[in-house]
Order: sequence, then structure tokens, then C-alpha cells
Amino acid sequence: MGASDFVNLPNIGASIRRKEDYRFLTGGGQYTDDITLANQSYAVFVRSPHAHANINSIDLSKAKAATGVLDVFVGADVAADKINGLPCGWLITSTDGSPMKEPPHPILAQGKVRYVGDHVAMVVAETLEQAKNAAELVEVDYDVLSAVVKVTDAAKATALHDAAPDNHCYKWALGDKAQVDAAFAGAAHITKLDLTNNRLVPNAMEPRAAIGSYNRANDDYTLYVSNQNPHVERLLLTAFVMGLPEHKVRVIAPDVGGGFGSKIYLYAEDVCLTWASKKLNRNIKWTADRSEAFLSDAHGRDHVSHAEMAMDKDGKFLALRVHTDANMGAYLSTFAPAIPTILYATLLAGQYATPQVYVEVDAWFTNTAPVDAYRGAGRPEATYLLERLVTRAGWDMGLSQDEIRRRNFITEFPYQTPVALQYDVGDFHALLNRANELADIAGFPARKSASEAKGLVRGIGYSSYIEACGLAPSNVAGALGARAGLFECGEVRVHPTGSVTVFTGSHSHGQGHETTFAQVVAARLGISVDAVDIVHGDTGRVPFGMGTYGSRSMSVGGTAIMKALDKIETKAKKIAAHLMEASDADVEFANGEFTIKGTDKKVTFGQVALTAYVPHNYPLDKLEPGLNETAFYDPTNFTFPAGTYICEVEVDPATGSVRVDRFTAVDDFGNIINPMIVEGQVHGGLVQGIGQALLENCVYDEESGQLLTGSFMDYAMPRADDMPSFTLDTLCTPCSHNPLGAKGCGEAGAIGSPPAVINAVLDALKPLGVVDFDMPASPGRVWEAIQSAKH
Amino acid sequence: MYAFTLERPTTTADAAKLAAGGAKPLAGGQTLLASMKLRLSNPEQLADLSGIKELIGIKRDGNAFVIGAMTRHADVAIHAELKAAIPALADLAANIGDRQVRAMGTLGGSVANNDPSACYPSAVLALGATIHTTTRKIAADDFFLGMFTTALNDGELITAISFPIPKRAAYMKFKQQASRFAMVGVFIAQFDAGVRVAVTGASSSGVFRHKGLEDALGKSFTPAAAASVKIAATDLNSDIHATAAYRANLISVQTQRGVTKALG
Repeated sequence: MGASDFVNLPNIGASIRRKEDYRFLTGGGQYTDDITLANQSYAVFVRSPHAHANINSIDLSKAKAATGVLDVFVGADVAADKINGLPCGWLITSTDGSPMKEPPHPILAQGKVRYVGDHVAMVVAETLEQAKNAAELVEVDYDVLSAVVKVTDAAKATALHDAAPDNHCYKWALGDKAQVDAAFAGAAHITKLDLTNNRLVPNAMEPRAAIGSYNRANDDYTLYVSNQNPHVERLLLTAFVMGLPEHKVRVIAPDVGGGFGSKIYLYAEDVCLTWASKKLNRNIKWTADRSEAFLSDAHGRDHVSHAEMAMDKDGKFLALRVHTDANMGAYLSTFAPAIPTILYATLLAGQYATPQVYVEVDAWFTNTAPVDAYRGAGRPEATYLLERLVTRAGWDMGLSQDEIRRRNFITEFPYQTPVALQYDVGDFHALLNRANELADIAGFPARKSASEAKGLVRGIGYSSYIEACGLAPSNVAGALGARAGLFECGEVRVHPTGSVTVFTGSHSHGQGHETTFAQVVAARLGISVDAVDIVHGDTGRVPFGMGTYGSRSMSVGGTAIMKALDKIETKAKKIAAHLMEASDADVEFANGEFTIKGTDKKVTFGQVALTAYVPHNYPLDKLEPGLNETAFYDPTNFTFPAGTYICEVEVDPATGSVRVDRFTAVDDFGNIINPMIVEGQVHGGLVQGIGQALLENCVYDEESGQLLTGSFMDYAMPRADDMPSFTLDTLCTPCSHNPLGAKGCGEAGAIGSPPAVINAVLDALKPLGVVDFDMPASPGRVWEAIQSAKH
Repeated sequence: MYAFTLERPTTTADAAKLAAGGAKPLAGGQTLLASMKLRLSNPEQLADLSGIKELIGIKRDGNAFVIGAMTRHADVAIHAELKAAIPALADLAANIGDRQVRAMGTLGGSVANNDPSACYPSAVLALGATIHTTTRKIAADDFFLGMFTTALNDGELITAISFPIPKRAAYMKFKQQASRFAMVGVFIAQFDAGVRVAVTGASSSGVFRHKGLEDALGKSFTPAAAASVKIAATDLNSDIHATAAYRANLISVQTQRGVTKALG
């Protein structure tokens, strides 16, 4: 079935209420910390209080003797049991052909700690209080070393790892440097910009949690973990770290309260709990408190970049040149090296027909928490850089923010960018036009005057983003360094009574898959949405999966289900043909009924399902009984959601306060299954993006390496009253290469919004002489920028 | 949280006895319980004051309002008579923390804790309030001795605070974006005898009166008079949220706006 037929099916495009919400809203959700196993004990991690230190000695005698303590584990125990460090799932090759520096990432420190929060010891006790008490008795003698937290200081700092003496992880480049340099040499104008993309702490509502469980009777393990991709977790845990056979480990990621990327990765805690559960023959639970989450969840962003755009005299882009320093943190998290390269540089063409792009990326180790994918993962960094640069280029050329974009939009598809990607479809002018209408651009001058009358300044900011979702064609990803495939798996199990259970490798941790996937299946089979249940998050029940990230669930996971449904339909037609004594080829299926063209014969889907399991009248010589099909789907291309966002802010120059007065977002997500859920995703993404632009900022002390924003007292999360009521719309150019025509919507808001906000702030502050400004636009920083401009 | 024992006295006298014996008084718990959960505070015994009825209530006493130490922020915020007489004080209470904090947090707890970013100390100081304790009465000017430090002796409990009714007053809170405590809060109160201006959130030594602003506003209670005062940044806080210079600016701007607000 193709996308144009699919979109006309019943329930597709219907805002059906989320099936999962009854469970969540009535407290019936089952999160990892809600699970209590028999014989359960509790783990507490002793974490490094120093950003960089050698460990001279660890005295466990008091801790081991404390009440209720089962054992205390340190790095030496890990080494003795030959448990490997955490693997990195993506290999980046430097421009000189050498592989990236990949230093060991121990699950418990091996003689050295490299960031505040690094894992030193694990205490296991009968109760959580006992474990906490004993953790305070672990005595560690440190030899403190100097620390580095800023990526631009890394090269000169004390080395974190022997394997990377200058703290350099890799130098990577994409594009044709000679061609770019030539284009710059002939340019009429060059716009230059320095940018910092601020570090963020993910802050999922549910902190990470895990229970390691070992079953002596069968010699197998179960790991319950708050995670976005349990099969990948199992693969990394078994094959790379513990050397266990995969079939002896079951990973269950039950209800998960948000991930935003931070729960993709295999963490040290997950391994420690699994390993120790066998050593102690006990189930061991660990739940991060919020302070631990701040310290030890993989952070996001943290780029420092220089960007230059070469233009002709009319503002047509000739070439883009970018250098980025990317902070990896102290160790390489699971997908960290791919974020500032494959998921970043490839997006720097944006919506524009820039003929040449050259990007160079240096990645560095610092004494900070590992940095990895966070909602958008590389694409927000690319979009922030490009859309800031484009607005600035327009101002340099005397062009409005929409005119500079119009002059450079790609208009013909498919379009091969100079940075590897091929966009299949899109209509960028339409998105910009619709955003202009909804944002009431015509009324802006009057609103600006009204603000001025109150002593306030008003500005408007544009951002036209594109992102690559639907990760990813495995062969392409493999050629780019991925150490895993990026397909998805779906199993459709039709029960004898015609209801359906779907097993998907996608994981839902807020996305609403239990509803949208059910809508897809119900529409295809002509049954009610209530007759379809979605099972996810359990390697013991789902055949395989690559999980949820990169807005891939519907376009890849949904397509895998569609492929399984194709198989179901093919087999069901054979059964129906037998029942109607017709040939397979003459059977048609629509609205849950099988018919023979030109006759009044028909059987229902329910009859076929029952026949498949009660095969009394059945072609047993040609066809197996049962109606249960599995499909794996590997996409042929990325999908390319795009949109134009327009932000309008009012700034109080006396205090530096920024208020987002209006925010308009027009997105092209391709076909939409459930508009309400899509709208919710856009809301969430926008709040995170606007949050980054106005509020959120992870700060480490530059001397001590201590995390200064280690709680909600100092790390400003966006609240509802920080936000305007959003004006949203969607346009549609269906994805050309999946049968749903769907592109993905989970990250768009977080990708497109930060530059729209900052461009608006800069537009407002232009009359005050402020020409440059980086996130976050907190009042103090805005006020300081205004003061600096005065001098 | 470390283990502790909990006492629930029903009279101020019993509470004072427990406090004198070393028990940590528990008022609304909005600071203490959070710090205990983080294991930053380790009292062996808590004396929960919430069952002491004589510590709760708001009543007019001549030209002042006497508010019991265990009166919750939410109750101060909605007290009709207080709102009419000292709207700035009710407004201050209405904007402390969030709904949950206001339902639990108390006047006495806040003032005794003297967090350098708390709102209430600025009202106590600017209104020239009197702090009633289990042993004496202390003038506001003698009470706040620096960050988390007050004139209270060990075991001495606040029982009530008496707030004189000003001619005009306003509280202007500029929130730190993460905690929503005062990054700078300015309480301005005009009396026949003069103007008092107290600033919270700006100094690591806690709430303080600003003599320059008081003198200028005493002569002319106008925004222009406030604007004419140069605010020195020398003793103000600099942190990741705001520089001392920015805080000095906020004191000036918030005072000007506060005067406008007080003038209605």
C-alpha cells in the first residue's frame, strides 16, 4: 500500500485520544521504580566529588561493616571479573585517516576519576537508607588534578586519558574545501559569526532507574531499565561489556517517563547492577535522585563554532564554511561521536541551495559529564548556526529575514546537497508563506510601536529548519561509522477472534505509540483501534528492535509494522480465497472485508482470523495455519521534516527581561496519523527549544570543574508561564519512500525554535547597538549585552 | 534523610522546652525538610510547631497587624483585612514559591531562617516590624544579622511578628529564573516618619536597608527621586545568574517601579 492510499484509510488523521493516558493519569503506569522484586536490595553509587583526580586508595572497611551492607564494589572488582568498559557505538575517522581516540570508559573508576559524578564504588545493602549510610563511609584518598571544562581550553589542559594526550578525540571534515575556498575568493560579501551552543541537562521527568536481576535456576539475567531501546542496551551489555550470550539476558524498559535521548545509552549503573546481581544472587535496584541525574545523565549540545557565508551581490549563497569545536565530556557516550558530525554537518545546507559547504569538526575531552544526543541531536546545533548566520547575512545585505531565505530556498526535488544528504520532497516557500500569514507580519510595525510606547523594544525572528529523521539506511550509516544497523522490526499477531497485538521495536516514552501505531493497524485491517494493543520495551516479547530516537518511530517502526501487515494481508487473502472458493488474485480487501470483484461473495477479517486458527476448512497442503507475521524494515533514505518558525519577543531594556509574545510554527511532517499527538510533540519540542534559548544553561566552574547548575534551584527549566500560546499549522509533502508518507515530528520544535528566539532578541536589540548574542537570553545576560553596546 | 525523632507539642511553652533541649523547630518545612532529604541537615529531634494553635492567626492590633509565626503564606495572601491595609504584604505572600510552598511555608519559618533571597525579611525590615519571641521583642533593625543568621538565641522561638501599617508600600520581586526566589526584591514603605527601603536577594549578607534610597524618597516619594540615587555594586552578589552591577541596576529599577506601584 502506498502513502496516497494509506492516508485515506479510516482513523488516519484522526485525533484519537491516547489509549495510554488512562493508565498514566490514574497512576497506573508501571515505571522501573514502581517494580519491587522479591529478594530485592538497593544500590547507591559513590561518585567522584572532584572533576579530575587520581585515586590513591579506597578504604572500604567501614562501609562493608555497616549495618545491612551486602557488599561494596570498586574498579578492582570489575577488573578482576574482566568486565569491559562501556563501548562507543559510532566510529569517526579523522581527516588524516586515523580512527578517533577511544579511551576506556570503565563502569567503576580504574585509578582515576574524570568528572564530578564519575562512578567510584557501588554499595549494595538491604535497604536504601543502609546503602546511603554505608556510601558515606567509603573513604577515598584522591590526588586532585587540574580540570578543564571549556571545549576551547581542552587542547592546553591536563590530559584526561593516556590515549588522547592533547585531549583531542578527532578532527573530521565534510565537503570540498578547495571549492569552498574558491567560492569565498570570488564572493561579493562574506558574513561571519561566532556562536556558542549552550550545554543542556536533559532532565526527563523520570530519573534513570534500573533493577539488575539474576535467576540462578536458569542462569539468566533480567535488567529492568528506564531506557529508549532495550534491544540495543542488551546487545551492548552482552556482546561488548559482559561477554554474555544474548539469549541469557532479557532487558525490559517498562513505562518510561521521558528520555529526550538521555536514555538511549548504556550506562555504567546498568552494567554494575546486572553484574552484581549474579555475584550477590540478589535483585538490586537503583533509582537516580535528581542530583545524580544532573551529574551523570549524558548532557546535550556544547559546541563552539565559527561560521562564514559567502554571497554574491544579490545575497545568493555561494558557499558556507564552518569550524566547530565539540565537547565530548570525559568519556565517549554510546553515540557521542556521531552527533557533531554525521547528525550535524550533513544538515548545514539547511533549506538552501548553497552550492558548496565545508565543515570541520574538532572533538575534545573535558572534565564534564559525557555529551551525547539530546532532542534533535546535532540538528539543533546545525540549525542554530545556519539560521543565525542567514539572518545576519540578510541584515548585512539589507534584506529582510524572509527575503534572504526566499532568495536561497531549494525549489526542485529530489535535491542533492553538498553535504551527503538527498532531500526527497519539500516546499519551503509554502512553509514560509504560511508562517508569515499566521504570524501577522503585516501587524508587526503597529505592535512594535505599542511596545515602544511602554518603554519596551520588540523584535521578530525567523528560522527555517530542515532535519534528517527516520534513522537510517543501515548501509549508509555503516559507511559513516555506525557499529549497528538502524532498521526496525514489527510483529503483527492476529488472534483467533480477530483482535491484534503488535510487537514493535520502537519504544514509547511519551510519544503515544500505543495510540498512533494502533491507528495504523486498525486502519489497515478495518478493525477498531480498541482491538489493537501495542507491546514494546521488552526483549523477551518483541523479536528485535533498534528503539526510539531521531524521530524514527513512525517512519521506520511504523513502516516495519506496515510491512508485516502486507504479509498478513497476503496470507489472509489466500485464506479468504479458499473460503470463497476463488483464486487468490481475485480477492480484494477493504474495510475489513474480503470480496471477489464482480460477485457478492465476502468474508470478514474476523472470519479469516478464526479460520487461520481453527483450520477445518483450510488449504493445509499449501498454507500454514495461524496469522502472525514479522517484518524488518530498513529505510532507503532519511526523511526530511522542515518548517518555518517565527518568534516575536518583547524586551525590557531596563531589566533585560525577554518575553516571547508570539510564536508561530508551520511544519511539514508529511502525512500525519494523529494531529493531536503531533501538536503535543510540537508543543514539547518548542518548549525545550525556547527553554534553551531563554533559560536553560549547564554551567561548570572553570577552576574546580564543579557543576554549578546541579539542581532546579540554579538550572532554569521552562515553565508554562514562560511560554506564549503557540500558533501552529502543518503543510504536507508526503515522504516519498515509505508507505506511510510520514517523516517524523518529535524533535522539530526543539530544532527550529532556538535561532528564531535569538534572531528575535537581536532584532529587538539592534536599535540599542547589540549585534551579537548567544543563548540563553536570560535577563542578566541581555542587560549586560545592552550595557556593553553602550560603551 | 537520616533518622530522627519527631515531637508534636501543642503549646508554645512545650515547644520552647523542646527547643531549649536541642530539638530543631519544624515550621512549614519548606527549607528544612528539603535539606534533610539531601542529607545536608541532620537534626536528631524535630519539634513540629504546626499543632500549636496560639501561633496561628492574623489580627489587627491598633495601627499594626500581628501575624502568628505559624501562619501560612497562603493565609496571609488572602486575608481580606490585611489585603486592604497592607496590600504589599499580602502581595508578597501571594508570590512566594508555588502553590504547594505557600500552603506549607510559614512567616516565622521564613524569618527565622533568613535566607538571603527570601521575600519576607524585606517586609519585616522595611515595615519596621517587631519580632515577638518566646523570651522578648526584637526590632527588625536588630534582628537580621547576616545570611541565615538572626538575633534569635538557641531555643528561642518566634511567636508572632507585628507589622506597622504604612501609608503606602510596594514589594517588587525580580525572580531568579530557576529557583524563582528573589534575584532582587525591594520592599518600599512610606510612613509619616519617613521612608524605609529594604532589599533582599542582592547581598550575601542578607536583607539590608538602603539609606540613599530612603533619604531620597523621604524627600520626594517619586520614581525620579529613586532614579537619581546611584546604587553601589560594591557589596552586592555576583553569581551565575547576575553580576553585582546587574543587581545594582535591578535595585534602582525595581525601586522606581515600586514607588510608582505604591502611588497607585
